[in-house]
Amino acid sequence: MIARLTTTIAAVAVAAGAWSFAVSGPAQAAGPAIEYPQHDWSFSGPFGTFDRGALQRGFQVYKNICSGCHALSYVAYRNLEDLGYNEDEIKAIAAQALVVDGPNDDGEMFERSGIPADRFVSPFPNEKAARAANGGAYPPDLSLIVKARPDGANYLRALLVGYVDPPADFNLMPGMNYNAYFSGHQIAMAQPLWGDDVTFEDGTAATIEQQAEDLTTFLAWAAEPEMEERKRAGVMTILFLLVFTGLLYATKRKIWADVH
Amino acid sequence: MAANFSNPVVRWIDHRLPVFTFMHHELHEYPTPKNLSYWWNFGSLAGIALVIMIVTGITLAMHYTPHVDHAFDSVERIMRDVNYGWLIRYIHMNGASFFFIVVYIHIFRGLYFGSYKAPREILWMLGVVILLLMMATAFMGYVLPWGQMSFWGATVITNLFSAIPLAGESIVTWLWGGFSVDNATLNRFFSLHFLLPFVIVGVVVLHIVALHRFGSNNPLGIDVKGPKDQIPFHPYYTIKDAFGLGVFLIFFSAFIFFAPNFLGHPDNYIPANPLVTPAHIVPEWYFLPFYAILRAVPDKLGGVLLMFGAIAVLFILPWLDRSPVRSGQFRPIFKIFFWLLVIDVVVLTWLGAKPAEGWYVIGTQIATVWYFLHFLVILPLLSIFETPKPLPKSISEPVLGAGGGFAGATAAPREKV
Repeated sequence: MIARLTTTIAAVAVAAGAWSFAVSGPAQAAGPAIEYPQHDWSFSGPFGTFDRGALQRGFQVYKNICSGCHALSYVAYRNLEDLGYNEDEIKAIAAQALVVDGPNDDGEMFERSGIPADRFVSPFPNEKAARAANGGAYPPDLSLIVKARPDGANYLRALLVGYVDPPADFNLMPGMNYNAYFSGHQIAMAQPLWGDDVTFEDGTAATIEQQAEDLTTFLAWAAEPEMEERKRAGVMTILFLLVFTGLLYATKRKIWADVH
Repeated sequence: MAANFSNPVVRWIDHRLPVFTFMHHELHEYPTPKNLSYWWNFGSLAGIALVIMIVTGITLAMHYTPHVDHAFDSVERIMRDVNYGWLIRYIHMNGASFFFIVVYIHIFRGLYFGSYKAPREILWMLGVVILLLMMATAFMGYVLPWGQMSFWGATVITNLFSAIPLAGESIVTWLWGGFSVDNATLNRFFSLHFLLPFVIVGVVVLHIVALHRFGSNNPLGIDVKGPKDQIPFHPYYTIKDAFGLGVFLIFFSAFIFFAPNFLGHPDNYIPANPLVTPAHIVPEWYFLPFYAILRAVPDKLGGVLLMFGAIAVLFILPWLDRSPVRSGQFRPIFKIFFWLLVIDVVVLTWLGAKPAEGWYVIGTQIATVWYFLHFLVILPLLSIFETPKPLPKSISEPVLGAGGGFAGATAAPREKV
């Protein structure tokens, strides 16, 4: 019986493997494949968690560099608690934002300072305004960017450090920038990180690579704020299921002992 | 006839409404062949997967907004602000994939052991109806988050109907409820995505009624000859199914908690944009073999007909395979072709995810031809020319050395556990 069970599970596993190989196609299918350098992230693996220092530094980079053009509209100021900020710090961060609210009793929209319950205020009121201010290109909302690209974290980090001189024969369109890792290599976004763009509060040296890594960690959190809780719940669930399934198997053997 | 219940309330109710007798009859004493292997676990697993999908689906519907301006936002709200919303959604999302995995294994089990043969033809055909309903439900469900793949998948698949001669364009407009995939489309897909699972429940009930008419097939594929060959469903198969469920949940949890987006497509985390077409529009993995068949034909109508034909051929399978021997264990040549079909379908799945260019197209065409060749030519010919091995007299009395599992293991079916 164990032999047969093992064959069944083995066959299912082989089939599953074949399938996941077959299924892993779509990610590779998009355009000529560009290899991204694989980085060792604090949040990768089944036990990975977001490095709190990286999260806070990444938030600082986002706030000072990216937020001029890129919205983060699914994240609320209250969510910054996950980064290790306390209530007063969050209130202070939120208060720096100007939120359009209303209409008030006179029917007028008005501006007020932000509170923790507000979502991150977007830099532009709508897509048209964003395009008008950016030479026709639309800076995408970054809330889900890490989930919305294949191998998102490595891609994003590669993109941020990927501004290099174009090959001599490369025909760069006016207003575009060369990026080694962007599909087609022509990107509307000018190089955002140059090194020492911010002074990190914890004294970490703000190299391009450091800022890119921290920003990516922050945006990975923004895309999957539930990740740590999810993995923790997963470990508990699977441990429970292993024990429970073991007991079920023992019970099954006992019940079936008299069948012949 | 009526079972003896010790609880007086149960007895009182059962005398007036014999639901307890019914359940006792169909779930407790229901006589089942005693030699069912673990491949027989996947039927009950499919039923449980359906229940998981309905429960999580109803919960998601309490928080979801079927409107083009709010659908994507409402899904993100579920992920971020609803208590354990991420868990419910990831169960539902991965549940669809696992439902298909379980059902595909269930189907291939039926194919190998000849579970479609007399007297179980209608049981088999109802199963094919369930597969079709599942596909429709899954397709419409994938549209609801209103991401890029939702939108463009819906556009591509609904456009297939435009291949129908004369009325095609009108039918597509009718399906859309407008002149493009838009709010009306999203609303009706939500409505139907909510309705169809309950239709599936209905067909599953019929599937089980048909099953219980003659009972389960078994690895030997021979009829039960008497009580010696059978054991009551409870506790033998309830505990065996419970153990199988435990194993299933371990695999399922690994995906939900550690790789929840592995089977999805990153593009679906980009809000739908009718003005930007993704570089490659690919359906969910469980549609890939059929998508490959669709693209194997250069002609649109031909592709659509062939794709539906790939399912339609399953409906008439009981009349294509005329061999009186059910189980593949006793059919040496059939066994080889069965595994070739399995490989063929995996290859089709792989090719369905590739761009339709160069050698991929030729490979897809070869694999497609083989798929139809298997059902329409090989199986009918095998029924005539293959000499099956001798069958055991009964389940309790198998001929020497004639055991063996699905994967060719040589464990005797009556092996003590």
